[in-house]
Amino acid sequence: MKNRNKYNTAEELKHSALLLPSVLLLLLFFVMPILLTIYYSFTNLALSGENAKQLKFIGIDNYISMFRDRTVRVSIINTLIFLIGSLVGQQVLGFMIALMMKNKNKVFRGIVGPIFLAGWIMPEVVVALCCSTFFGDEGTLNRICTTLHLPALEWLYIVPMLTVVLANIWHGTAFSMMNFQSALDGVSSDIEEAARVDGASRVQTLFRVILPCIKNTIATNTMLNTLSTLGVFGLIYMMTGGGPGNATLTLPIFMYRQAFVSQQLGYGTAISMLILVIGIILSVFYTRIIRND
Amino acid sequence: MKMKKLTALLMTAAMIISMVGCGSKPAAQDAAAETAKAEEAPAADKAETTDAADTTEASGDKTVITITFRDDGSTTLKDWFQNAYDTYDKKDSVEVVIAPITASEGDYFAKVALALQSADTAPDIVCEDTFQLPSDVAAGYLTNMESYLKDYKEWNDGTYYGALVDGVTYTDGSAYGIPFNTDTRGLWYNKDVFKQAGLDTDWQPKTWQDIIDTCAVIKEKCPDVVPFWCNSGVATGEGTSMQTYEMLLYGTGEQLLDENDKWIGSSDNILKSLEFLSTIYSDGYGPSLSKVLNGEAGNTSSREYMPNGKLGISLDGFWVTGNYKESGASPWENYQDHLGIAAMPTSEGQAPGSITMSGGWALSIPELADEKDAAFDFIKHCMSYDVYRDMIIKQGNISTRSDIASDPEYSQQPFMQTCTEFLDGAYYRPRNSQYTTVTTHIQTMVESVVSGTSPKDAMEQYKADVINSVGAENVVEK
Repeated sequence: MKNRNKYNTAEELKHSALLLPSVLLLLLFFVMPILLTIYYSFTNLALSGENAKQLKFIGIDNYISMFRDRTVRVSIINTLIFLIGSLVGQQVLGFMIALMMKNKNKVFRGIVGPIFLAGWIMPEVVVALCCSTFFGDEGTLNRICTTLHLPALEWLYIVPMLTVVLANIWHGTAFSMMNFQSALDGVSSDIEEAARVDGASRVQTLFRVILPCIKNTIATNTMLNTLSTLGVFGLIYMMTGGGPGNATLTLPIFMYRQAFVSQQLGYGTAISMLILVIGIILSVFYTRIIRND
Repeated sequence: MKMKKLTALLMTAAMIISMVGCGSKPAAQDAAAETAKAEEAPAADKAETTDAADTTEASGDKTVITITFRDDGSTTLKDWFQNAYDTYDKKDSVEVVIAPITASEGDYFAKVALALQSADTAPDIVCEDTFQLPSDVAAGYLTNMESYLKDYKEWNDGTYYGALVDGVTYTDGSAYGIPFNTDTRGLWYNKDVFKQAGLDTDWQPKTWQDIIDTCAVIKEKCPDVVPFWCNSGVATGEGTSMQTYEMLLYGTGEQLLDENDKWIGSSDNILKSLEFLSTIYSDGYGPSLSKVLNGEAGNTSSREYMPNGKLGISLDGFWVTGNYKESGASPWENYQDHLGIAAMPTSEGQAPGSITMSGGWALSIPELADEKDAAFDFIKHCMSYDVYRDMIIKQGNISTRSDIASDPEYSQQPFMQTCTEFLDGAYYRPRNSQYTTVTTHIQTMVESVVSGTSPKDAMEQYKADVINSVGAENVVEK
């Protein structure tokens, strides 16, 4: 007994020693920047001007001004609209596509699946470019409108939030589709058949049988999508730049503007902390939902 | 069991932080990418310059000077430095690396500020917009040039215009750059459009209302022509603050700062300026928002709309004429016959009757530059009469050297005389290191107004933003 313990300790030490380099690297390149960001959010760090010369600890001043800043409120609301719009769109659409593809033959799935995936594998920059040309003045959408004798509109300026949400849905739907596909494949057709034999309609089967079966996938998928949508920057920055005015100013864009355009890095990092907190709150919320089952 | 739960919890926490961390860090990644790009650029250009200069020796025994400026699509600055190098008598001992930064104006300042923070990335010569200069001096990024200027003949004998020397002088009384261009702003108008609309082609509005009335006539007579264009978006950066908003605000008799150096957060005059813009756009005298709110707006108006007769009046700087020369981006034959310039009137025509803002760029030496002496010597050569004259004519800007004003080739350029006359009584942007932050709030305010926010709400937002940035004690209401 004693011997085995001794052996274990030695073995564990050896294992730990082998792990040490990667742990150190993680600490250096991952944990330290996070801690530094937290620290900087309590300073007057600036890109230029007097403050760039003298880094000062200013306590929670950045957070106080954030609390007072009306633009922060605007960007929180915009972020939530963007988030909820994207989540609902991506998941409903992704689920419907997955459901329609369920039990279809391999060739069909092999053709349709990659088509949707194309939107997902495209880099954000390309998606932004595609969508701005689609919604642009002389873009595809306006061409269609003129062909149908409808007035051509400046979509990116009249309904800016809608265009970026649609772009993000187009970009992200395939991810939800894949998640739901694998979950739906896991739902045994016996259960569906049993429900049908019991006299359940198709809608009833969907809502009472299939959805409860894949509830956990829905929650996980929502969480993953939430976290990735919260951080979307390039897509909005390229399509509308947060404008016109502040119409599509989400927190990441606002953070960028404060840090690199207004040159107040300290304030910018404080805003990034806000994004982090929102992410944590939402994640805890989703994990609770999963755990409650 | 407990252990398992705890591990799971910790791992979840780590995941969440990393995911949000990844997501919310575009700015930081961007910065990293920018630095990488900035480092790549010199490497790429090094090869080019070395080729162009036909140098075969290893660069090891030569002094290497790196020059950074903003690549805005024209090659004028690049050609200037290349030409200066080709005619440089110390060519054998000095190598010049031309390292432009391709970026929007706002991003350029951020990239330069990042590059100046480290000796590894700091160039030896950097082009600074004179409004950014005080802020970069306050940050300790730039070299005090006084010790070099002592022996610079042209600097001490009054060759450089006094007002422009003031523009690069910091509050400590020392100069931190050599100004290499300046400019004035006014109302450019297309005489062909005016003729078509039955308007007098010798136009000089007396008040803002005159401008609006003229726009109404153009809109009615030439429905396909955009009557009025001014930079109006966040994307056009300083162009929006200076060419548009400040030209209006200073024309009401008010300035950005009051006599006690406090920022004016709200006033009737700010409102009046915003209402003018609101009228332009709500009455349909302005271009479509998709054209004017993107970063290329300045080029679209001057290179595309104006020479093609699709634009009536443009509130812009003197440099637009650089586009129309044979060497320019949009050559326009006999442009002096088709284009007119009028001074921007004050709001009600009150004294002094018209108004212009003046700015300009300077060559500075970063504090962390490796080769300061060689850099200053090269700057002197760049600013020498012949090398400099060629550049300033090509750029279509106003010379900072008074002796060039009498150069026949320079002074006979169309509009040169009028625009140089505007310089008398021109206003300069506040020499205040907080201006770099406040100007971004101005841009947001202007973009809000042109895209439909009421001037009053936009001004309230501006006040709140400025208070947030500079502190309530530095902001007043009028």
